[in-house]
Amino acid sequence: MDARPEGSLLRFITCGSVDDGKSTLIGRLLVDADVVPDDRRAGAADLASLVDGLQAEREQGITIDVGYRYFSTPRRRFIVADTPGHEQYTRNMATGASTADLAVILVDATKGVLPQTFRHSAIVGLMGIRRIVLAVNKMDLVGYREHCFTGIVEAYAAMAERLGLRDVAAIPLSALLGDNVMRPSAAMPWYRGPTLLGHLETVGAAPREGQPFRFAVQWINRDTGFRGYAGNVLGGSIQPGEEIVVLPSGTRTRVERLVTYDGDLDRAVAGQAVTLTLSGAVDVGRGDVISSASLPPHVSDQFAAHLVWLGDAPMLPGRPYHLRLGTATATATVSELKYRLDIDSGSHQAAKQLGPNDIGFANLSLDRALPFDTYDDNRETGGFILIDRLTNATVGAGMIRFPLRRAANLTWQDFTVDKAARATVKGHRPAILWFTGLSGSGKSTIADGVERRLTALGRHTYLLDGDNVRHGLNRDLGFTDVDRVENIRRVIETARLMADAGLIVLVSFISPFRAERQLARERLVGDAFLEIFVDTPLAECERRDPKGLYHKARLGELRNFTGFDSAYEPPDAPDLHLRTLEMTVDGEVDRIIEALQRRGVFD
Amino acid sequence: MPVSNAHLDDLEAEAIHALREAAAVFAKPVILYSIGKDSSVLLHLALKAFYPARPPFALLHVDTTWKFREMIAFRDRRMKELGLPLVVHVNREGLARGIGPLSHGAAVHTDIMKTEALKQALDLHGFDAAIGGARRDEEPSRAKERIFSLRSAAHRWDPRGQRPELWRLYNGRLNPGESIRVFPLSNWTELDIWTYIQRENIPVVPLYFAAGRMVIQRNGMLILRDDERLTLLPREMPELRWVRFRTLGCYPLTGAIDSRADRVPAIIAELSRSRTSERQGRVIDHGNGSMERKKVEGYF
Repeated sequence: MDARPEGSLLRFITCGSVDDGKSTLIGRLLVDADVVPDDRRAGAADLASLVDGLQAEREQGITIDVGYRYFSTPRRRFIVADTPGHEQYTRNMATGASTADLAVILVDATKGVLPQTFRHSAIVGLMGIRRIVLAVNKMDLVGYREHCFTGIVEAYAAMAERLGLRDVAAIPLSALLGDNVMRPSAAMPWYRGPTLLGHLETVGAAPREGQPFRFAVQWINRDTGFRGYAGNVLGGSIQPGEEIVVLPSGTRTRVERLVTYDGDLDRAVAGQAVTLTLSGAVDVGRGDVISSASLPPHVSDQFAAHLVWLGDAPMLPGRPYHLRLGTATATATVSELKYRLDIDSGSHQAAKQLGPNDIGFANLSLDRALPFDTYDDNRETGGFILIDRLTNATVGAGMIRFPLRRAANLTWQDFTVDKAARATVKGHRPAILWFTGLSGSGKSTIADGVERRLTALGRHTYLLDGDNVRHGLNRDLGFTDVDRVENIRRVIETARLMADAGLIVLVSFISPFRAERQLARERLVGDAFLEIFVDTPLAECERRDPKGLYHKARLGELRNFTGFDSAYEPPDAPDLHLRTLEMTVDGEVDRIIEALQRRGVFD
Repeated sequence: MPVSNAHLDDLEAEAIHALREAAAVFAKPVILYSIGKDSSVLLHLALKAFYPARPPFALLHVDTTWKFREMIAFRDRRMKELGLPLVVHVNREGLARGIGPLSHGAAVHTDIMKTEALKQALDLHGFDAAIGGARRDEEPSRAKERIFSLRSAAHRWDPRGQRPELWRLYNGRLNPGESIRVFPLSNWTELDIWTYIQRENIPVVPLYFAAGRMVIQRNGMLILRDDERLTLLPREMPELRWVRFRTLGCYPLTGAIDSRADRVPAIIAELSRSRTSERQGRVIDHGNGSMERKKVEGYF
């Protein structure tokens, strides 16, 4: 029922290690499908070198990045994602798998099922590929013997069952010699199944039309007298007149027209790019989902998801990232990392962060509610990426497993006396002075000077000091990157409450990471927020060493010390940049007081 | 080749999606219109993607001043028919220095009159995204190219440091000075391009169709002497042959192929039998890894 018409596109991925003969297999498919031109074939040393694209790959003889190859037979057009098998490149496999309908998992017949076979299969399962081909390669090296093949098939069947992979077709072949790739092998009369290409030509691609209707709005089409919503149908189908719901707003209306350049359609199905018009005046924007009214997606600001970490810098719970889901963008943080998945054994391990190529299961919390499906229900509306807010690199990929609704049971209680009322009583507006700099740079000395001056002026203040807070509120936290992020998150929330109480809050924390300082600025929006960079060279801080910490770090008695084995990311554009070697403490205090007056905190 | 072309619907929808993403996320995207068949398909897809509105892009043609005259005539005719705004950029400095393919060779000419010129045009107009018709099947290093491909402030491509591209979630976020090259036709092959041109009845430059043309043989290539700047060497004699072009570029660097394919169906039949790669007639691509090097430096 899910077979697509002949001539349709099949996207598949090949998974295997450097030695399984993966590049050779793809080279063989290209040669047998007769798509390799003579001039390119003549320059290739062997089948594999037809595939390895980048210079570095040719030099090292390995595949370092996802490559896409194209070929067709009279029955079907294929796109094959060639993904590296080396373990540090999990991210490339996840990338190739994200658009694939089927996975070809290569096993070397001379070696059998290996730990990497489990790893590849687990990633394939995680990425939602349901159809697997177990390609047992190098049968020529085991004398084409049947029991070698059946032994591997049985070993793999146990593994596949554990991973929930039910649709597995096993094919014995030799990529090098071409047995059972396109041409049935005369050397293996005991095998009566299809060749690899024969199987790929007839296998059904993933069905999407049976799903409930989903449409992510990409672009608003405004033309004279026309307003339409351009996008792709991401699931199910739609006809003019059908009732839909626009999410997250929840507005219900009907589809009026399905507009295309080639004329209006009577029906649009999953995969098609169309422009919808809706009945009545509806407020719809990019990022909204237009959905079946009877079977809408989840709408929530929290969900649980598998995360594949792609970035070089680790994923730290509490750190905000940009999230892209469909055409919507939001800010997301991992509120709880449940476990790290050991991809070699399938076991769950306690973890506080995810490193490059790690896979984890986590709760995510968004700054607003978005519509989504579980990834199993719809890959297009249940898969998301995370983007680093400073480098803009794509650092994570996620598959939503289920929605969380805890926040729905908590409502914000409004009280009569508000921030403005409290500020009026105090006689000044609340403000946050955020001092950042290395240990020993002079943050606490300057903050102390500022607080004394403010108190003398009759202003209401409170000073949150890094060391002091760590004696109480944050005594459970250490100095790893994960704990530093949580340390700052708690301080931000505390400063926020104090600003709400009407105080001028002085925060004196090393706060080494840009991302957390940016988070502070965003969480404290609406208040006067001054990021003050107390800029003292490391050598000078070490010379001063007021707490003896640099000495300890030099002796190796102190780990994760900022400036030594833990990074300090200086601010790019602080509100005040205090170069302490060039100024006196009094001069620095003067500049801060002036800045508060300029911001209108007091006269 | 496939008996049915259902896959063209998939490729079309994917390309339209990429074009709409570019329109939605960038401040000032531009279509790199190079007049060839891929550009013709790209332009047609842009008309489809934004219908009934006009494509919300400017078009940019980087003119090396060595394009076939028929290409320029076709370009001007199409722009007039469609009423689209076209920006033509020539590297004036390179022109003043007399840079050309015959005097300076393919490598220098391409670097200064194409790569440099493209960077100049992007900087001059402040385009933050350039949409091109490059395809992954054209050349091995292009097989690793993303659909949204990041370029540094110096327009360089870092093939080792590319952003992973999952599902259809393209990351178009930029730091100051960075830009993105968008390749909606990434997953198309040369055969897809021609079957789509046939299905959609898309106009292309007549040089793609076989005709009797006066050509000379030079360095193993059939060169059409498009104007007087190409001087004949001793013993070179123009001869009349039935030829067509598989790709179009600067005329002294673009070899014709012997062909009788004078209509689209004949070209499709010819390609299905072809034993050579598409860019084999392009002098600028020759040499191991040369396209990868050009791309790193900012070539399209």
